[in-house]
Amino acid sequence: MVQSYPSLDLSFAALSDATRRGVLEQLGRADASITSLADKFHMTLTGMKKHIAVLERAGLVVTKKVGRVRTCRLGQRSLAAEVQWIEAHRKLFEARFDALDKIILEMKQEEEDGPASE
Amino acid sequence: MDQQASNNPVAPNRTTVERKSDRELVVTRLFDAPPRIVFRAWAEAELFRRWWVPEGAGITLVSCEMDVRTGGKYRLEFGAGEAGTMAFHGKYLEVVPGKRIVWTNDEEEQGAVTTVTFEDRDGGTLLTLHELYPSKEALDEAMAGSAAGLPAQLDQLDALLSTVGE
Repeated sequence: MVQSYPSLDLSFAALSDATRRGVLEQLGRADASITSLADKFHMTLTGMKKHIAVLERAGLVVTKKVGRVRTCRLGQRSLAAEVQWIEAHRKLFEARFDALDKIILEMKQEEEDGPASE
Repeated sequence: MDQQASNNPVAPNRTTVERKSDRELVVTRLFDAPPRIVFRAWAEAELFRRWWVPEGAGITLVSCEMDVRTGGKYRLEFGAGEAGTMAFHGKYLEVVPGKRIVWTNDEEEQGAVTTVTFEDRDGGTLLTLHELYPSKEALDEAMAGSAAGLPAQLDQLDALLSTVGE
């Protein structure tokens, strides 16, 4: 069983919808209220609220209520950055461990050859 | 960890990295030598310094002081060309020869605690490196912080790996 971490699942789920991807693109240009996003994407306020809630749970969007207006902006977490970071981390360790393999092989051979004469 | 090995019988020596939770990162790898030998390569500075910094990554290990025993300290200094040097330091919280090494990463206030375990697998070793950050924010920050310099590092590693042959 491969166990993926929950926040990544949430991110993928959040990004599976075209409207939500559009909202992220939009927020990449400027912060916006839920009302204006609903207008822009031709949907009801309730519908947009649901989309924003999904994005918020995934950490992709942060909302803040000022007076009666709830403003949305992009969250700190960037999915691409995380995936890239994990892959870079894996490559780093892979390179280390490939080098470690060679050293371990040497050590094994030394052991088989018996203690070096000192 | 067992499922990792049995899940992947074709390529048992693949390095895996997973974010197990908001605060934990786990790296696993199988090695074709008993834990006793693999442990030595982590615990003896002269051996450790030969593999911890991959050749060709544009970084060199300037100095490597390790007192690998419970309560001992370490200090690694890296040279990154014009970027100057970077020091990593901390202390060993627990060292059990042939079995596990636990150390702190004290160069940052919110540094992780790293646990490396060496488990016998049919004469080989299943190595698990577990990093536990004090909070979700600390791990997110570690990722964000190094993400800035990532593309260059990735390129260097790609170049390195293609010369080594994957």
